[in-house]
Amino acid sequence: MRWVTHFAASTLSSLGELASAAGLIARWVAGRLMRLRPVLPSAEPPASAVAENQPPVFGRSPRARTRRELLTLASVAMGGIAGIIVAIPVVGALLAPLLRPQPPEWRQVGKIADFAIGTTTAVTFEDPSPLSWAGVASQTAAWLRRTSEDQFQAFSVNCTHLGCPVRWLSEAGLFMCPCHGGVFYGDGSPAAGPPQRALFLYPVRVRDGQVEIQSGPVRIV
Amino acid sequence: MRLLTAIWEWFNDRTGIWKLISPFLVHPVPPETIGLKAGWMYLFGIATLTAFTVQVVTGIALATLYVPSTANAYDSLKFITDQATLGSVLRGMHFWGASAMVLFVGIHMIRVFLTGSFKFPREMNWVSGVGLLILTMLMAFTGQLLRWDQNGVWSLFIAAAQAAHVPLLGDWLARFILGGETVGASTLNRFFAFHVFFIPALIFGSIGFHLYLVLHNGISEPPSAARPVDKRSYRTWYQQMIEREGRPYFPEAAWREIGFALLLVCAIVLLAALAGPPHLDNPPNPANVNAYPRPDWYLLWYYALLALLRPDFEPYFIVLAPLLGFLALFLVPFVSHSGQRSPLRRPWAPAIVLVAVLAIGALWRYGAVAPWSPNFAALPLTPEQSGAATGVVAEGASLFYAKGCEFCHTVDGQGGIRGPNLTQVANRMSAGEITAMIADGTSNMPSYVSTLSPEEMQSIVAFLESQSKPAKWGAARSP
Repeated sequence: MRWVTHFAASTLSSLGELASAAGLIARWVAGRLMRLRPVLPSAEPPASAVAENQPPVFGRSPRARTRRELLTLASVAMGGIAGIIVAIPVVGALLAPLLRPQPPEWRQVGKIADFAIGTTTAVTFEDPSPLSWAGVASQTAAWLRRTSEDQFQAFSVNCTHLGCPVRWLSEAGLFMCPCHGGVFYGDGSPAAGPPQRALFLYPVRVRDGQVEIQSGPVRIV
Repeated sequence: MRLLTAIWEWFNDRTGIWKLISPFLVHPVPPETIGLKAGWMYLFGIATLTAFTVQVVTGIALATLYVPSTANAYDSLKFITDQATLGSVLRGMHFWGASAMVLFVGIHMIRVFLTGSFKFPREMNWVSGVGLLILTMLMAFTGQLLRWDQNGVWSLFIAAAQAAHVPLLGDWLARFILGGETVGASTLNRFFAFHVFFIPALIFGSIGFHLYLVLHNGISEPPSAARPVDKRSYRTWYQQMIEREGRPYFPEAAWREIGFALLLVCAIVLLAALAGPPHLDNPPNPANVNAYPRPDWYLLWYYALLALLRPDFEPYFIVLAPLLGFLALFLVPFVSHSGQRSPLRRPWAPAIVLVAVLAIGALWRYGAVAPWSPNFAALPLTPEQSGAATGVVAEGASLFYAKGCEFCHTVDGQGGIRGPNLTQVANRMSAGEITAMIADGTSNMPSYVSTLSPEEMQSIVAFLESQSKPAKWGAARSP
């Protein structure tokens, strides 16, 4: 809930600027109103208003703030504040998934013995802190390469060009991307096509005979 | 009947509704707009509106069946397509209606541009129209994602990767699109809310404004070279002309528009029934790497543009070019606000339209063929095709497939088109040159020096040579 206080604080601090903007709008609106000719139920203005030394009902008043200007300012300001109050939870909902803490989590992807040295295998694991209705969308894939007895590399399947999934061709020793023809060597470095960067790596470790990959933010940039 | 009339009279008296809508119905239009010569030009706006109405109505129906949750959307789509009564037709109408809307919004824009109807006093009509164009493309994009299959989920990754190229805000925008750190439960709902609630609300408002402006400024008369727009006199001239010669919109012009709308609706339903809805791909599993995401046809040209660009130009074209393009569109009526409207006297207008249509058309064709994509569906060459069942040539042919060469290169009519056709390569290059090329690679071809043994390299070169010089390797072929 930290983000609520954070959001409210920054909103309140902007209210000062908004108030002065509302004041400008109010002055302008009042000025336009005072130029209008109103359609009254009776054609004659009230007698009291045209008594001598009284200003006409819809005439211009001197520079002092008139009642009308004040009421206009109040209307604009209150309407603005009402809008902001309604907008806070709406914007909060739009931003909520970004502000939800999702610390990376280690996921088991298989026993060491499952991966032969010198091979690259597709592994699947779950995102960190998935929501219960995520279904199949909470899965992520990686290409796990075992380079030696205890060295592993976990490549993100996202091509470093625009994120399409790369396929591993084991006999060719190449990763190939279907979208725009990007090719990567077995060590992830770019071999051909649009990609300029090597395949991104997930942190990997071995614990108790299990290979673990750290599931975290998707690497697309 | 008298009872109905009485009810109507009472209702009209209490609401004043006839006074409200009759100006719209009977507003005068220039007589040429209902004639045969020019009347056809005025149908495209109503076509776009009809397509949008079809979208809203079928969209509401689909929303009663579709489940916008990442776990269930795919199953609900399968249900709609396979089991729900007329569900497949409904999905089809929604897809073909979307295609119609994009098509006619483009045709309508081109027509207005060519006839100079955006000039004084109709500049705001053009501006609101460009806004509607942007909203339409946003609907097309978010709508395709709601077809939550493998294609949809990977299209999201690509969209986020593209958004990440925006300077300063890129990372934040990418996470906003994904609804978090990666595709997850939050992703689909946001696009559903935008596609179903937020953007349609903006479209409703913009269409209302757009149509109100048509009433306020009057529908433009067909351009005439003898009558360039002069700000000082146009309004008066138009007012007098319309009072003198104007015909009521309803029914003299409206009947034709309604007829065209009927044709369009029939076409949409026919396409939905015959061609059906877009094919549902595999389930939307981000862990399935055998995906080949492609946008629907309306964005295929943009996909082709990104594929053909040099890598260092890309960041500019992903973000800057569309921004500048839309800015240029917005500025059109301010750059060219009066003067000639006839396309015959404004050669830049048809020239720009022609170049744009040809360019986008060419990109569409490229996008459909996608010559930059490897062909993973290519099959290994048979002994009949390679010319040998055993020996060095046969060895080379099987390596040609196993090492991935065939995915990008064609030999004997089979393979990919990303790289050159290698059937006759031995006529262009010597064996040494072929070897060097395979070993070194190019910017579009990987280097095979560390993945091919010398024997394997020799086999492949022998195979390639044998395709155009079979006699040289005749001894290698076994009977």
